[in-house]
Amino acid sequence: MSENVCDSCGSEDASVRLTQIENDAMSTYHLCETCAAEKGLEPAPESAGFPLTDFLAQMGDEPSSKDAPDTQCSFCGLTFAVFRETGRLGCPHCYETFETHLRRLLRRIHGGTQHVGKVYLPPDPTASEMEKRLEGLRRKLHRAVDSEDFERAAELRDQIRSVEPA
Amino acid sequence: MNDFTTIPDYGLSWLEASGDHADIVLSTRVRLARNLQGHAFGPRARVNDREAVLRHFKDSCERAETLANGSLLEMPDIATRTRRILLERRLITRDLLGDEESGPPVGTAVHLSSRDPVSVMVNEEDHLRVQSLVSGLRIEEAWRMVDRLDEELGRELPYAFHHEFGFLTSCPTNVGSGLRASVFMHLPGLVLTKEIGKVLQGLSQVGLTFRGLYGEGSEVVGNFFQVSNQTTLGKTEEDLVDHLDKIARQVINYEVHARQVLLRDARGVTEDKIWRAYGLLRYARTLSFEELMNLLSGVRLGLSLKLLPGLRVYTLNKMMIFTQPAHLEQAAGHDLPAAESDAHRAAYVRRILATEGEVTLDENTPEDPPVTDPNGR
Repeated sequence: MSENVCDSCGSEDASVRLTQIENDAMSTYHLCETCAAEKGLEPAPESAGFPLTDFLAQMGDEPSSKDAPDTQCSFCGLTFAVFRETGRLGCPHCYETFETHLRRLLRRIHGGTQHVGKVYLPPDPTASEMEKRLEGLRRKLHRAVDSEDFERAAELRDQIRSVEPA
Repeated sequence: MNDFTTIPDYGLSWLEASGDHADIVLSTRVRLARNLQGHAFGPRARVNDREAVLRHFKDSCERAETLANGSLLEMPDIATRTRRILLERRLITRDLLGDEESGPPVGTAVHLSSRDPVSVMVNEEDHLRVQSLVSGLRIEEAWRMVDRLDEELGRELPYAFHHEFGFLTSCPTNVGSGLRASVFMHLPGLVLTKEIGKVLQGLSQVGLTFRGLYGEGSEVVGNFFQVSNQTTLGKTEEDLVDHLDKIARQVINYEVHARQVLLRDARGVTEDKIWRAYGLLRYARTLSFEELMNLLSGVRLGLSLKLLPGLRVYTLNKMMIFTQPAHLEQAAGHDLPAAESDAHRAAYVRRILATEGEVTLDENTPEDPPVTDPNGR
């Protein structure tokens, strides 16, 4: 049966796929949203969320960025048009090249743009990078102590000592 | 060091059914996506980028304690069937196999630690995918192992890190922490009681998502769902991990409740389904992988509900892995067309059930269910 035809009412806009086990056999039904709702099903999260490619496709069409498809990363040569099509960035430098668009995209995907997790220390860290890194490690240490994981705590204490200025 | 047999425990410790709720949660995986400065990401990486990434990684391996004495398998150097076995054991992804004609891309490799159940994929979509795969529900533990290895590698390798966006990745959905934690759950109770739709919908509302057996885009087979975090940026790794752990435990509670409902309202039908599934597995002469997965789902449910005494979760886990096409070919010693594969699969299942899956009928399994009340009400 066609995947577009609703197995329940026969309309041609089936968009929900339901997989069920009946009599030891798995059956897959295609349902339109109305019939799915009647059966108490909501669209699966993947379709309920926003489709990344759709959002990317719209990005360049907005008035503020009409020149964007030509923008090109000077390091890897990725154009905005290709990024829009594939959803994949080409290199670390792309994050700077397409920063404005990315910021909007990241807010849409993740609800924000600021990383708050682990801080990586480059070979010659600045004072603020060191401080952020220490903050992260201390946070982990507190957790380890709270959960009485002393082996982990000792490991983190050593890491903190190695980062802290002598 | 390119022989498959050098892999510690053959990369199968996650099958041992040892963690919490091992009857419901098959395994837990935590992975971190990492990239190196100065090189294009996987899909745009040129041959020299890929070679340089692998070279840097190899150098760092020697100084990373967790990876010492492990096995580095370079994909282009190993046999096609071995690669497929690694995929079936979920130690590598399809990306590392490349397409059928040209084979694995230059520089693709996987390093399996001999100390912890952790591994690193090299030159996948991101330069490095650092991951741990453990049995049962052990998210916190899996995260700690990955974190430790990431620290070791981060001291040696120049990671691409942005002060605002965090760890930079090929796909913007992974940026920030680069962390994806997933639990692989068996939820037949929720499927049979038709509650699963609500639960999955609920997951999306709390920032989690689900996938089928083989990750992104794959179908749900045998009532197995992979539940994982949707977002990677803006929360600490610990918060992401804690949140998934908390929600996974809730889903387990719903599943347990749904099973109680099944036993209360439809005991006869449920028992019948379980025993039919066992009977088919025990005696069938051909089994497709999909049919096997669905039957195993019934038997796994029976085992969880203590309706099939004598059977172990480990036996069922093993049957899921060793009945996949490349594993069957490895055992047969030659390639198998689909129809032959189905016969080999059924033969393997019969043999395993005969040697370690004999079910004993005891007091908990009445041989004569109440005739007057087939539905157990």
